[in-house]
Amino acid sequence: MTRDPGDTGTSDESVHVLRSDDLDRAMTRISHEIIERNRGLDGVVLIGLQRGGVWLSERLATTLERIDGRPVPRGELDVSLFRDDIGLRPVTPVAVTRIPIDLTGARVIVVDDVLYTGRTVRAALDALHQYGRPAQVQLAVMVDRGHRELPIRPDYIGKNLPTSSDEDVVVSPEGVVLRRRATT
Amino acid sequence: MKHVRSISEIGTEGVVRILRTARHMEAVNSRPVPKVPALVGRTVVSLFFEDSTRTRISFETAARRLSADTVNFSVSTSSLNKGESLRDTIETVSAMGAAVFVVRHRTSGVPWQISEWTDASIVNAGDGWHQHPTQALLDCYTVMARRGLDPSPECLVGLRIAIVGDSRHSRVARSCLEAFSGLGAEVVLVGPATLLPPDTTSWTVSTSTSLDDVLPEVDVVYMLRMQRERMNEALVPDLAEYSRRFGLDETRWSRTRPDTLLMHPGPMNRGVEMMFDPSSTTQSAIIDQVTHGISVRMAVLFELLASGDEVPS
Repeated sequence: MTRDPGDTGTSDESVHVLRSDDLDRAMTRISHEIIERNRGLDGVVLIGLQRGGVWLSERLATTLERIDGRPVPRGELDVSLFRDDIGLRPVTPVAVTRIPIDLTGARVIVVDDVLYTGRTVRAALDALHQYGRPAQVQLAVMVDRGHRELPIRPDYIGKNLPTSSDEDVVVSPEGVVLRRRATT
Repeated sequence: MKHVRSISEIGTEGVVRILRTARHMEAVNSRPVPKVPALVGRTVVSLFFEDSTRTRISFETAARRLSADTVNFSVSTSSLNKGESLRDTIETVSAMGAAVFVVRHRTSGVPWQISEWTDASIVNAGDGWHQHPTQALLDCYTVMARRGLDPSPECLVGLRIAIVGDSRHSRVARSCLEAFSGLGAEVVLVGPATLLPPDTTSWTVSTSTSLDDVLPEVDVVYMLRMQRERMNEALVPDLAEYSRRFGLDETRWSRTRPDTLLMHPGPMNRGVEMMFDPSSTTQSAIIDQVTHGISVRMAVLFELLASGDEVPS
């Protein structure tokens, strides 16, 4: 039940906000912004947050390598045991953390699919410090949906998407879908 | 999950859930800083009325790796010696804010009794001859890890496990039997007739009085500690006789299949049930049991205090 962005129907519960090719273009733009801001890719490490940020960080690494010609180190981070809402909501920690290099002195770019309250990123900052002292930590997200509860701001954004709290944002290789949560 | 007092209390579903979480905890333990803030501000009290080194240290290490505070309630220096009742002790310690009691006691059922007196979660670290559930959980985890299996309700189907020794008086045997067979393994209890449970008809288990018959056909040989105090009850003629029939030596061990695992919950009685150095064989998983114990106990504490409700999938 998804529609193209141009479709103006009103009864559906899902809206296709970005299509797959929009996602690719956003990825290319973010890659150029990363290279511009860091004056190249020296010392840059991509860290994808489990789980939605992992495949995005892989795609981003591929795009960066295509532009700059060099592979970019990439890792993945699971923050479930660093969250501040442990015990308040279901946690099933199963995802892996894999950080291939010492992060001391690195320019770490944390990659996630959706930025919402900012609590996941807060947990990620805590978790990262167990792997060294990065020179800088930057944040890249495909969708910034607002409703921040912490002073956290992204450096690279695929799309700003104003949402209400009863909506879900789903990012996948097929694009970005905004879905009204079923109320029963 | 509120308590982990026996394997049947948490059921196969709970066992699988803890084994899954333990995998994640094993990953935490392999990080450069093996510590996460998950349980910061929670207090885990260990209450050991019976001697223990490895279990108590394992629990305390697990709690600290999750950033919980640990209090070791030392029974020998406590007011229990001034005549304070167990109940008053529990109520006092829980009023100080304990979230979990890890309890070991020589009397079966004490963990259940204690949970009547406190809102804290109870982990049974061994009660009499009854249960020692975290030992069984770490043993399941060790078999799984050695065999490259994923946690599931049928993950041990097709495996034959021999539990050798005094299964009549062993809480480890009781918990392991339930956990192993709950995950689908076939369990055979091996020992002299005087040390086998008197009636196993209601259990899904077979028995044998010949270790030599069983050895070539099992995937896991789980040696129990021979409790020397049983000698006084005249259940075994003498230890040398026991060792001759049920002790593992190199010759006997060489009759197992090359992929058979050797396990022991510790502490080992060298020269009684263990007549050779198990570290001489790569089939020994005894050190793995100790290492995995920390991950599994982290998973137990995490499930009790932090997991929230099951995620609907």
